Amino acid sequence: MSKKTYIAAITDALDICLEDDPKTLIFGEDVGKNGGVFRTTQGLQDKYGEDRVFDTPLAESGILGLATGLGVQGFRPIPEIQFMGFSFEAIDQIVGQAARMRFRFNGKQTSPMTIRTPYGGGTHTAEMHADNLENFFTGVPGLRVVMPSNPYDAKGLLISSIENNDPVLFMENLKLYRSMKDDIPDGKYTVPLDKANVVQEGTDLTIVAYGAEVNEAKKAAEKLAENNVSVEIIDLRTVSPIDTDTIFKSLEKTHKVVIVQEAQKMAGVGAQVASAISEDAILSLDAPIGRVAAPNSVYPFAQGEDYWIPGADEIVEKANEILNY
Amino acid sequence: MANKSVVDFEAIKKDLADLPKPIQVLDENSKVVDQETFDSFSDDDLVEFMKKMVWERALHEQTMNFSRQGRMGFYAPTEGEEASEMGTVLAMKKQDYLLPAYRDIPQLIQHGATVTEAYLWSRGHVLGNEYEANAMMPQIIIGAAYDEAAGVGLGIKKNKEEDKIAFTYTGDGGTSQGDSYEGMNFAGAFQTPTLFIVQNNGFAISTPRAKQTAAPSLAQKAVAAGIPSVQVDGMDILACYTVAKAARDYITAGNGPVMIETLTYRYGAHSSAGDDPKRYRTEEEVKPWHEKDPLIRLRKVLEDKGLWSDEQEDKLVEEYKSSFKDAIKEADEAPKDKVSDMLKRTFEIPTPEMRKEIEKFEAKESNE
Ligand SMILES: Cc1ncc(C[n+]2csc(CCOP(=O)(O)OP(=O)(O)O)c2C)c(N)n1
Repeated sequence: MSKKTYIAAITDALDICLEDDPKTLIFGEDVGKNGGVFRTTQGLQDKYGEDRVFDTPLAESGILGLATGLGVQGFRPIPEIQFMGFSFEAIDQIVGQAARMRFRFNGKQTSPMTIRTPYGGGTHTAEMHADNLENFFTGVPGLRVVMPSNPYDAKGLLISSIENNDPVLFMENLKLYRSMKDDIPDGKYTVPLDKANVVQEGTDLTIVAYGAEVNEAKKAAEKLAENNVSVEIIDLRTVSPIDTDTIFKSLEKTHKVVIVQEAQKMAGVGAQVASAISEDAILSLDAPIGRVAAPNSVYPFAQGEDYWIPGADEIVEKANEILNY
Repeated sequence: MANKSVVDFEAIKKDLADLPKPIQVLDENSKVVDQETFDSFSDDDLVEFMKKMVWERALHEQTMNFSRQGRMGFYAPTEGEEASEMGTVLAMKKQDYLLPAYRDIPQLIQHGATVTEAYLWSRGHVLGNEYEANAMMPQIIIGAAYDEAAGVGLGIKKNKEEDKIAFTYTGDGGTSQGDSYEGMNFAGAFQTPTLFIVQNNGFAISTPRAKQTAAPSLAQKAVAAGIPSVQVDGMDILACYTVAKAARDYITAGNGPVMIETLTYRYGAHSSAGDDPKRYRTEEEVKPWHEKDPLIRLRKVLEDKGLWSDEQEDKLVEEYKSSFKDAIKEADEAPKDKVSDMLKRTFEIPTPEMRKEIEKFEAKESNE
């Protein structure tokens, strides 16, 4: 066990996977000597050599195309997109090529890659550096989208993602990178994909959240507990596919739900959870489905982020509305 | 203000346009212009080249027939491009990895896919993509294959596989896509064993080559990526083969990627879906290209040597066409692609929701 930041947990996972499987390769912009612009890959090139951890020319489509091609040659690439806002440059390679490789070849050729990318607001970055684009990518068949909320999960989910034989989009929350630490096991362990985590048990209300909003949900739950409200928090961890079973089971107990996301409200993860509940678990509910999300504007410039991103207070407000329905 | 520029941009532009002559072995009149290269081919080689082009032309004709009968799905005509397609692919070895575009079906078959599989692909059946060939399925997204070819090349290099390259095709239009530059640039930066082939057939659907770029040649586009490139007469199979073979030798010797631009022509429509090339080009424009026909060019040489006759060719065409008829019959018998199978092959481990969908569709399908 040792105390590790979210970012150190990720580096740890990458180190373990490079050590375990010589077919894993890390590449992207500035991931080599510099160790990535956030130092996520720090030390890995020194340890594993330029053959396994290397810088690429500055071109996202090229990086992901390289990954697709390497996948076909039996490698297990871990490409990095420096900031998620730059993934637009690689949409075809991710969505049009990698995600459908297994399907189009009837399983004969596949794209076992883990695309790592930082996302998320609250750190006052330049434009296009914070956008959380999971709403985009969760609509893609053949692509898993994983969004860890803490260092323990980040390490275990990243190892599972790299070992998975299908492409995974692994979204790393920028704000969490250095703002939280966990005691985590030193060696190899995995956290299962496609499986939500019951972060805390409760009986009055279920909050479904993921990414950095899990922490906001925890803060909200503490405030609600002051009024004797018992909150169950579910961290989705994998946002595509969504583990609806865990949510439905919780609703049988609490009968009330608030879904929280950092991204804009339109379409996407929260909408999918709400739709699944209304389709298959509506009879468990005795209040409307509550949603807390960012407004449907373009992602704000740095100065606007702090009041644009939903926080604990908004979750409490929505929770009270649902509880008092 | 000085009115004289310190840089003579017009001179620089002129220099760019000062291109070397495209490589040829036989000229338009079947005259040997490179005797040494010509002499390197045996009579059997020449006959073999001819047979391959006759095969490709027969494949085209028969497939168009099937298309008119409503028996094909998507099909992109290849008539006129036989020298470019067969010449380049015959220089490749079985172990090489091919990343074809939708018009490169003859090369895909030559590289190990069966005609039946090609027909199944055309019809949109997944069994058309399960060939033994070392190849990606035909790429629809223009440019995408160039990025992937850099990746396959890098994989070959990392696996230390000798005598093996990745090779890929795009058209004149494809060179305008950012991806084609990214792919060449990556291949150059990593010195991967990758051969990029541009089949410049004059048109991207209806947009002529001249509207595609101000670059005097498409081969020049590789220069910015630091890759050697060359233009070759794409109606001369001996030239196409020679240049592709030289490129392959150069690449397998560890020298990094190469780009080849073949100057060829598409006689027919862009696809069999019914676009009419008369809307964007005239008969006068097409005619000189027919006179450069790659089959005519080599046929004359073979006839002069007494190695070829009309009867011989007719007999071959009959044989080939009959094999294509067998292939389409075989394709007709392919089992239906089921929704439950599609769901099963989306992920290795189906998602919980998919497991429910699979059950639902399996129940439905068992009642059909
Ligand atoms: C990214 C992308 N944009 C547009 C198209 C539609 N499209 C299909 S073929 C084609 C023309 C391609 O021309 P070229 O690269 O010269 O190849 P050719 O068809 O002449 O062999 C276009 C625009 C496509 N398939 N992919």
